[in-house]
Amino acid sequence: MSTLNMLQAINATLRAELARDERVMVLGQDVGRLGGVFRATDGLLDEFGADRVVDMPLAEAAIVGASIGLAASGLVPVAELQFLGFSHQAFHQIGAQLARMRYRSQGRFPMPVVLRAPFGGGVRTPELHSEALEAQFVQSPGLAVVTPATPADAKGLLQTAVRSSDPVLFCEPLRGYRLVTGEVPDEDCPIPFGRSRVAREGDDVTIVAWSAAVQVAEKAADVLAEEGISVMVLDLRTLVPLDETGLIEAVAATGRCVVVHEAPLSAGFGAEVVATVNDGAFWSLEAPVARVAAPDTPYPPGRIEDLFVPTVARVVAAVRATVKAG
Amino acid sequence: MSTTRPAFTPQFMREDGDAAPWTVLRPDGQLEEGARPTLDDAQLREACELMLFSRAFDEKGFSLQRQGRFGTFSPVRGQEASVVGAAVALDPQRDWVVPQYRELPALLRQGLPLEQFMLTFLGDPRGGLAPEGVNVLPIQIGLAAQLPQAVGLAWGLARQGRDAVVLVFCGDGASSEGDFHEACNLAGTLGAPVVFLLQNNGWAISTPRSRQSAAVTLAARAPGYGIPGSLVDGNDLLAVHEVVSDAVGRARAGDGPSLVETLTYRLGDHNTADDARRYQPADELESWAPRDPIARVLAHLRSRDLWDDEHDAAVRARIGRRIDEAVRTVEGVEPPGVDHLFAHVGEELSPRLARQRADLIASVETR
Ligand SMILES: Cc1ncc(C[n+]2csc(CCOP(=O)(O)OP(=O)(O)O)c2C)c(N)n1
Repeated sequence: MSTLNMLQAINATLRAELARDERVMVLGQDVGRLGGVFRATDGLLDEFGADRVVDMPLAEAAIVGASIGLAASGLVPVAELQFLGFSHQAFHQIGAQLARMRYRSQGRFPMPVVLRAPFGGGVRTPELHSEALEAQFVQSPGLAVVTPATPADAKGLLQTAVRSSDPVLFCEPLRGYRLVTGEVPDEDCPIPFGRSRVAREGDDVTIVAWSAAVQVAEKAADVLAEEGISVMVLDLRTLVPLDETGLIEAVAATGRCVVVHEAPLSAGFGAEVVATVNDGAFWSLEAPVARVAAPDTPYPPGRIEDLFVPTVARVVAAVRATVKAG
Repeated sequence: MSTTRPAFTPQFMREDGDAAPWTVLRPDGQLEEGARPTLDDAQLREACELMLFSRAFDEKGFSLQRQGRFGTFSPVRGQEASVVGAAVALDPQRDWVVPQYRELPALLRQGLPLEQFMLTFLGDPRGGLAPEGVNVLPIQIGLAAQLPQAVGLAWGLARQGRDAVVLVFCGDGASSEGDFHEACNLAGTLGAPVVFLLQNNGWAISTPRSRQSAAVTLAARAPGYGIPGSLVDGNDLLAVHEVVSDAVGRARAGDGPSLVETLTYRLGDHNTADDARRYQPADELESWAPRDPIARVLAHLRSRDLWDDEHDAAVRARIGRRIDEAVRTVEGVEPPGVDHLFAHVGEELSPRLARQRADLIASVETR
C-alpha cells in the first residue's frame, strides 16, 4: 500500500499501463512537455517518448476522432480532454461516433479508447472549466461513464478502463486531485465496472453519490452522526454501467434515500437514480427519495459557486427532512 | 504526335505560405526606409498610453491574484502592439470587437469600463455586462467559439445596413479548432465585414506554434478560404495598425473578410496558474525581450520628441491612479448572492426555477 492523492494515483496508473502494454498511448493538449495542466501525465513523455505521449494541436474533436482511428488501427489511446467542459467541442466525435462504432461496425471495430477529463467545481476556475456534464454522456449508449472518488478507485477503475475493449469516459474530480488522499494497493487491482462501493455503513438513511460529492456526503454523515442519525454512503463509482442491485439493496436496507450531485437538478443522473430506486425498492421506502443538486442555472463565477455546488449543510438539511418524513 | 508529359508535382507547395512580415518600426524605434506612420502624433501617443496601461494592469492583476484578491488571469504582456494596433484601426462608435480573453486594451478602447473587466476576474457574474453602446461581446473561454459568432455578427450588421466592421481575436492555439476553419470559410462565402486577428504568440499554454500546424504561416491558410491573408510583425504597433486598417477599409467597402496573423510573443506565463519555465526555452524568451513592443514605440516617440521623461511620469501616474481607483471600486461592490445565480438565466424565471431559488435562499439562511 502507498498513500497517494488522486493525481499521483492516476499518474502512476498511466505509467504502469504504458509500461504493461506498448499499444497504449497518451495524447492530448499539453500532456507531454508540461505533463498536463494538473500534472496528471508528468514525466510520461521522458519515460515513453514522443511517439507514445503526444502533445496534440488544440482541437478536441481531432483528439477524439483521431483516437477512434488509432483504436481502429490496433492501438489503445488514452486521451486527455483538458477539462470536461471542453468535451462539447468533441461531442459529435464522442456521442455519435466513438460510442457507437462497435455497433455500427457490428463488432469489427471495438473501441478501446479512454477519455480522461477533470471536472467539477469548487476551485474558482474560469468559466466553462467546472461543469459537471456527466449526465450528458449517459445518453450516449456504448460509452462507459466512470466517476471515481478516491485514489484507490481511480487506480482500479483506470486500469479497467485502459484494458476494456469499449470506450470509457473517465471523469476525474478536479477539486479532489490534490486534496483527496488515501491508501492505494501497489499491486494490480482492476475494479470491475458496475460495482458500487459502500463508502460508509449506516442504518437510517442512504446517501447516493459519485465523484467529489462522495466526500461531501461523508462529511454530512459525520455531522449527522452527532445528532444520532446513522448514514450509509453509497458511491456509485460508475454511472454506466449502473450497479442496480447494489443501489437497490443499499436503499432497501435503510428505507430512505438522498441523492447528491453537482450537476443541475433537471435530468441530472440523480433522476435516473430515483427512477431506479422507484422500480426496485419502492415497497421498502419510508419516505420520498430526495435530491440535492445544483439549481438549473449556468455554472456561476467563483464568488458564488459555493451557493451553486451542493454543500454539506444542504445535504445535512435534506437528510434531516428525509428522516423526519413518513 | 506523342509528347512526353512532365510528371505531376503539386501546384501549391508549403513554401508558398512563407512571407516576410510587414514592418514599419524597426526594433530600435526607427521607421523602416520609406515607411510612413498611419497614426498621427496624438493617436500615436494615445495608443502608447493604452499599451502602458495594459502592461501596468498586468502587473497589478498578477499581484492581486497572488494575494488571493483576483482570480486566474491571463496577461497581455508582450502582445500590446498586436492588440492595440488592431483596436485603434476601429471606430468604436460603429465597429465591434469580439475578444478571446487576452485583449483587455481593445475592450477598453471600445469603451468597456475597467471595473467590468475586473469584476469578471473577481469571480462576479456582473462583470459580464458591457454597458449598452459598448460594442463588444463578452470574453470567450471556449477557444475559437467566438469566431463563427463574429461572422454572424458582421453578417447581421451588414444585412441591416449598418456600416460596421467586426474585429475578432483568436490565438494560434485556437486557430487549430474546427470553429476557426468553419468561421473563415463561412465568412468567405458571405463576404462578411469581419477581420480575423490571429495573434500568433508562439504558444498555446505549453504547446509551441510548431505543433499547432505544419503550415509555414497561419496567414497562408487564407487563400484556402478564398479570403486575403497577411502576416505582420505583431510587436510593431504601426505595422499592425496599417495592415488592420487596410483590412477594415476593405471590409467597410464591402470587399469582405480578411485574416491577419500578427507574429508576437507571450512574454511570460500563460496565466496566473501556469509556470512557463517548465517548457518555454529561456533563450527564446530572451531573444524576444529586445523586441518588446512598448519599448519600440517609446523609442520612436522619444526620437521624434513626442515623449519625454516628464510626460512619461505623468502618464504612468495617471495610469496608476486609474487602476487603483478601479480596484477600490470593485472591491467595494457588495458581494453577489443567490439572486445572481438566477438573474439573467432567461427573460422570466419559470415556476420551477423560482422554487429552486426560494429553496436555496432558505438553505443559506438556515445555515
Ligand atoms: C475549447 C477549449 N479547449 C481548451 C481550453 C483550455 N485552454 C485555455 S487557454 C489554452 C491555450 C490557448 O492558446 P491560444 O489560442 O494560442 O491563445 P493564448 O492563450 O496563447 O493567447 C487552452 C488549451 C479552452 N479554454 N477551450
